[in-house]
Amino acid sequence: MRKNIILCGVGGQGTVLASRLISAAAMARQIPVMSAETIGMAQRGGSVFSHLRMGENLFSPMIARGEADLILAFEPGEAVRMLPYLKKDGQMIVSSRPVMPVTASLAGNVYRAEDMLDYLRAHVSRLLIVDAEKALREVGSPKVLNLILLGAALKCGALGLEEADLKEAIRRQIPEKFHELNFRALAYE
Amino acid sequence: MHDEFLMGNEAIALGALAAGVNVVCGYPGTPSTEVLETVARRRGDRVYVEWSVNEKTAMEIAGGAAYAGARALVTMKQMGLNVASDPLMCLEYIGVKGGLVVLVADDPGPISSQTEQDTRFFAAFSKVPVLDPSSAEEAYRMVQEAFDLSEEYVTPVFLRPTTRVSHGYASLQVKDPGEYTVHEPEGFVKDSARWVIFPRLSFANHRKIEERNVRLQDVFSASPLNRIEPEDDACPCARKGIATGGFSYTYVMEAREQLGRLRTLKVSTPFPFPEKRAVEFLSGLDEVLCVEELDPVIERQLIYVCGKYGLTTRILGKMTGHMPLSGENSRDSVLSAIASFMNVPLPAASEEASDPPPALPVRPPVLCAGCPHRASFYAVKQAMKGRKTIFCGDIGCYTLGNAMPLDMVDTCLCMGAGLGIAQGINHLEKDRSCFAFVGDSTFFASALPGVVNAVYNQAEFTLIVLDNSTTAMTGHQPHPGTGRTMMGDVVEKVSIANVLRGIGVTAVETVDPLNYQAAVEVVRRTADLPGVKAIIFRSPCVALFRSASRVTIDPARCVGCKKCIREIGCPALSIRDGKAVADPAQCNGCTLCAQLCPTGAITGGEPHA
Repeated sequence: MRKNIILCGVGGQGTVLASRLISAAAMARQIPVMSAETIGMAQRGGSVFSHLRMGENLFSPMIARGEADLILAFEPGEAVRMLPYLKKDGQMIVSSRPVMPVTASLAGNVYRAEDMLDYLRAHVSRLLIVDAEKALREVGSPKVLNLILLGAALKCGALGLEEADLKEAIRRQIPEKFHELNFRALAYE
Repeated sequence: MHDEFLMGNEAIALGALAAGVNVVCGYPGTPSTEVLETVARRRGDRVYVEWSVNEKTAMEIAGGAAYAGARALVTMKQMGLNVASDPLMCLEYIGVKGGLVVLVADDPGPISSQTEQDTRFFAAFSKVPVLDPSSAEEAYRMVQEAFDLSEEYVTPVFLRPTTRVSHGYASLQVKDPGEYTVHEPEGFVKDSARWVIFPRLSFANHRKIEERNVRLQDVFSASPLNRIEPEDDACPCARKGIATGGFSYTYVMEAREQLGRLRTLKVSTPFPFPEKRAVEFLSGLDEVLCVEELDPVIERQLIYVCGKYGLTTRILGKMTGHMPLSGENSRDSVLSAIASFMNVPLPAASEEASDPPPALPVRPPVLCAGCPHRASFYAVKQAMKGRKTIFCGDIGCYTLGNAMPLDMVDTCLCMGAGLGIAQGINHLEKDRSCFAFVGDSTFFASALPGVVNAVYNQAEFTLIVLDNSTTAMTGHQPHPGTGRTMMGDVVEKVSIANVLRGIGVTAVETVDPLNYQAAVEVVRRTADLPGVKAIIFRSPCVALFRSASRVTIDPARCVGCKKCIREIGCPALSIRDGKAVADPAQCNGCTLCAQLCPTGAITGGEPHA
């Protein structure tokens, strides 16, 4: 199995942890994994990404344009930014909730999430839009968008992993007091 | 051996531990920081580890340990090497006894740095051999080889990953602690003819170093570190080749899979350069494309080799306009450069959409919601409104104070430079109120000589110390003001206020910047005092001491004046349906917005709660 996955969003949304959970789950299945992500100054509210590749005979952790089997987008604007990396028939899963940069609020040029989603609808054949606002409210925490998106990816079979694999990864990577919340977010439909 | 999923920097740390390293020190700097942190987390009881006050001190400590026969590792980013260059240049002439590995992480892009300097060039300048890994796995092996090389050839050795190697993750096989080499240092043996640098000793050692590096060229030519990946029988361009090294090697190997396999030279020791291996690679080739990041190091060396050995191969790369002169390479940029070099069409990636996407949001990095630096900058800005000022910034999270709407950083150069810049401008413009902002970690690392200089030479400016009790930008490392060490000891803090008073700064005020009125008043009464005066804005980093409290904005009382948004630029605040809203996922309850709101619509929150 070979899979190229991109996770993208805004610094602080939890893309890195999500990427780490996928990697741990793949490792547990003896699948070789490589990944690369944004660390440092750009994390402070900037656009961030993780590239994650699974499979044999890979040289680089970086994914080329048109090579991603799956893009997990934590923010609609960032989804559009990463779209050139999606394979022709690749799967995109996107959170509907925009994160406005301070500069946009200042200048008054707030963009509309719906414009971004419309563009995605027109250009992505396998698109799944997650109503993040509703999901976070129902799960009961503003901080678990990453697990909700991972759950959506599991359910559409885009990860090539099982729910049990990710649950095991959560048990090993996340403090116990958060397990129940994370399991709930992962199972959210 | 066992499998682990490791960041390149973690792999380097585990490699050093496997090689029996005894002493590890360094100064934090992206992308190098995680090496030392991993050593601290995974070390055995016999390994000493510290965050030193700066890179120069770290280099000297590592040198001293190596004099005593220890295996020592010193870690820094590329600009840290500038700070450490004085001891390193001299260490090369003196040599070492125990292995000394100098880990310097370079940053093509640059992603989190002021320069795109290339440590491979620094290696040639300082005559220190350098190993250049392409992956976490290679870095793990190379750091172990570097210790052996250092001891065999009595020289410090550079290990030079770049950001993508340092921060890339891979699943790899590493040794169990029981398999680690145990290195027993002999201890320091007095011998002033060896350890005291004098011109005569430098003269004698200089010749030995040059001769050794010529020998190393041959050693490296025969080593599998520098290898030739042969061309395919079906190679479409039999007389063309690629020379590469570092992370770009992975891009080249991916491109080979897609475009066909050209003969490829991988250079892992850019200095001393493996000339004989290069001649073997070049023979029979008409053209070679050099794929590397930062400076054209391999390219220049190959041109030199062609001249020296009378070869007619054309060497293409940055200097011929075939590769970009600055910035990072990428899978796509390398694929396209190689396709064009081979004269073959680029394989189709995704189809470009015919209609352009809607304008994408620009996201410059910003200070976190609740960051006390925002309040500090805003207090100074308000106190000095209408005055002729200059705000000299420095290196750390607080460089982000330059962003709108704060716009409070007029200059930023390098660690600790703000103090000198403020003094220089003040000598020319006496009517300008000069400020230097420096963080607590940078204060200890490199601001102290600037303060001594200012006091002694009668400079006139206000020093603002932004004391958030950590080294925040690089991920919260301790420093002398924090009272804890990497060995886990709780120690006496070095007091910034006492240090300043000891140097002779008479006006030193400390205030919590999240108390807006008090902060503004302190700035007003301090800034116009004569000479050097200091204000310490003390409030802990919000990323370290997360407050559970949040502000709430009453839509009935919010008149939509946008003052909170216009004035402080907090990422938790935005406008929805004409009213200010605070994002509960981001707000840390610092209350700065509440203190500014003219209608009292913002309530709740509690700083440091």
